[in-house]
Amino acid sequence: MSTLVKELARERVRPETDHRLLVCGGIPCRSKGCREVKEALCDELQKRGIAGGIPVEVVGCIGDCSLGPALIVYPEGIIYQKLAPEDARTIVREHLIEGRIVEPLLHRDPRSSEILRQREAMPFYRGQTRLVLRNCGVISAHIDDYLKYRGYAALALALAEMSPQEVIGEVRSSGLRGRGGGGFPTGRKWALAREAPGDEKFVICNADEGDPGAFMDRNILEGDPHSVIEGMIIAGYATGAARGYIYVRAEYPMAVHRCREAITQARRKKLLGENILETGFSFDLEIRTGAGAFVCGEETALISSLHGTRGDPEPRPPFPAQKGLWGKPTLINNVETLANIPLIILHGAARFTELGPKGSPGTKVFALAGKVRHTGLVEVPLGTTLRRVIFDIGGGIPGDKEFKAAQTGGPRGGAWARSRSTGPWTTTACAKPARSSARGGSS
Amino acid sequence: MAVKTDPEQKQEQRLERALRKYKGKPGVLIAALQEAQEIFGYLPRKVLIRVANKLTIPLSEVYSVVSFYSFFSTVPTARHRLEVCLGTACYVQGAETLLRDLQDLCGTGPGKSAAESPFSITTTRCVGACGAAPIVKIGEELHGEMTAEKLPRLLEELEKQ
Repeated sequence: MSTLVKELARERVRPETDHRLLVCGGIPCRSKGCREVKEALCDELQKRGIAGGIPVEVVGCIGDCSLGPALIVYPEGIIYQKLAPEDARTIVREHLIEGRIVEPLLHRDPRSSEILRQREAMPFYRGQTRLVLRNCGVISAHIDDYLKYRGYAALALALAEMSPQEVIGEVRSSGLRGRGGGGFPTGRKWALAREAPGDEKFVICNADEGDPGAFMDRNILEGDPHSVIEGMIIAGYATGAARGYIYVRAEYPMAVHRCREAITQARRKKLLGENILETGFSFDLEIRTGAGAFVCGEETALISSLHGTRGDPEPRPPFPAQKGLWGKPTLINNVETLANIPLIILHGAARFTELGPKGSPGTKVFALAGKVRHTGLVEVPLGTTLRRVIFDIGGGIPGDKEFKAAQTGGPRGGAWARSRSTGPWTTTACAKPARSSARGGSS
Repeated sequence: MAVKTDPEQKQEQRLERALRKYKGKPGVLIAALQEAQEIFGYLPRKVLIRVANKLTIPLSEVYSVVSFYSFFSTVPTARHRLEVCLGTACYVQGAETLLRDLQDLCGTGPGKSAAESPFSITTTRCVGACGAAPIVKIGEELHGEMTAEKLPRLLEELEKQ
C-alpha cells in the first residue's frame, strides 16, 4: 500500500460512536427511488420517537450503482442494498432499535454467496484506490463535513507556507496530467498561466463532461464539490488569478445545485472572497451553465460560450493560458484534475508519484457501465489493466459470459478487444489514440 | 391591440426584471436566454426581440446563439417533456427500442409534438446516469432501468398530474 493511501486511511478513522444514516443520492439511486427510502426512514424514526438523535444524510454517489438504492448505517458501516421504503422501516425497527442486523437486505457475493456487510469487504471497493473519491458517499457535500476531514487544510498550507512558485513546483513534480482527456502536464499549464503577462487572470473548471458513458465529474461535483473548489482557489493563488468560473453542463442540475450551495458555504466561512484566511489573497467563484452543446467541452469553445456567444472553437495558439477569457490569461482544468490538487499539496508530490507508473502517476476515476455486474464509479491507480477493472472490481459479465470488447474514453477512446484487455491504462497512451483512457468513461 | 391576459403580463414583468439584472454586463446572453426560457417555457420571437433590445445585442446574434444550443426551443413544448437518452450506455441497453415503444404509445416522434398530446418526445445526449441505463428524462427527473413494460404506467401517472 502506498504511503498516501495509508495516511488517508489514518485520517478516515473517525471515532464513529453514534448512529448516522447515509442514503446514496447518486442519480441511479435517485431514479430507483432513494427519496422514498429516505422519507420512510425519517418517518419511521419519527414514529419510534428517535428522530432527534439519528441524523439521516443524503450523500453523493456511494459508488456501486447496482446496489441502489443503498444505505450505510454508522457506526458499524453496514451497507444495505436495493431498498424499498418498507425495507427502510424494517432497518429502523430491527437494526437501530433492537440492534439486530437485517441480513436479507445485505449484499451477497453472487459467486460465493458470502454475505458482505461492509463496503470494504466487497470486491468492488476492495480492489479500488479511492483518493479523488475519498469523500464521495462517505460524507455529505456540506462544508462542515468536508472540514472535519481536513478539508481546506491544503489551501491553508499553500497560503500560509508556500509561495505561488512553490505550489506550481509541487504540482509539477507530482507529474499530474490533465484528467479531461488531453493528458497535458498540469504543472506546466499552471506555469504557463502564471508566466503570461497580465494583471487580470482567470481560472476555469471545465465541468462540461459530455462523453457518453462518462459520469465521473458529475459524481465528484455532487458528492464532494468542496474538493474541486479548494483546488480552484489554490490554482488561483498559484497563477495569480482572482476570479474563477465553474462551467457545468445544464444536463447536470444536481451538480449545479450542489456547487451553488458549496460556494455560498465557502463564502460564509471566508474561504472565498476578499482576504481569504486573512492572508491578503482574494479569490471568488461563479457558476455558469451550458446549454446543451457537446463541443463546449473543448476549452476554446467553452470560453466562447462563457463570452455568451455560440460555442465555436478557436484555433490554438494562442492557448487559453496566454489569451483566454476576455482575452486574458486563463487556466482551464478539468474537475477531476482539480480534485487531485488538495491531495498533492497536503501530502506532497512524492507521495503522489508512488501511485501508478512513471510518467503517468496517480489514480484515475472510471465510470463503469453496460453489461457488467457492478456498474458505477471505480478509481484505480493508472496502469491498472482493463481486465482487472471489469472482472476483479466489476464482478465480470452477467451470466459469466465471455468478454468480447469494451469501449473506453468517449469518442477519443476506442474499442478494446479481449486480446488487449491485459495491457495497462495510462494517460500518456493518449499519443496513441486507440488506447487513450484519460477520459474515464467505459461501457 | 389584443388585451393581455394576467399570466402573460406576469411573465413579461418577470422577464423585464431578469433583463434589468443582466443589462450592461458582458457575456450574459446565454444566462439571460436560459432565464427567459424558464419564464415562458420556450423562446418566442417577441421574447428574442426584447432580449436583443434590452442587452443591445443584434437580433441576428441572439438567433445564432439560440439556434446553436440544443437547450433552446423557439416552438412551444408539450406539458410533459420526455427525453430518451441515446448515450452509448443507454443505447447498448436498448434505448432505441424504448424510444420506438414510447413513440408508439404517445403517437408522436422526436421533435414533433402532436397538437393535443400532453407529451413531447425528444432524444438527449448522455445524462451521465449510465449505471441505471436506459434512462428516460422527464423534466428534471431521471427514470432509470426503463423498460417497455414500465412505460404505460409512467405515462398514466404523468397524465394524472
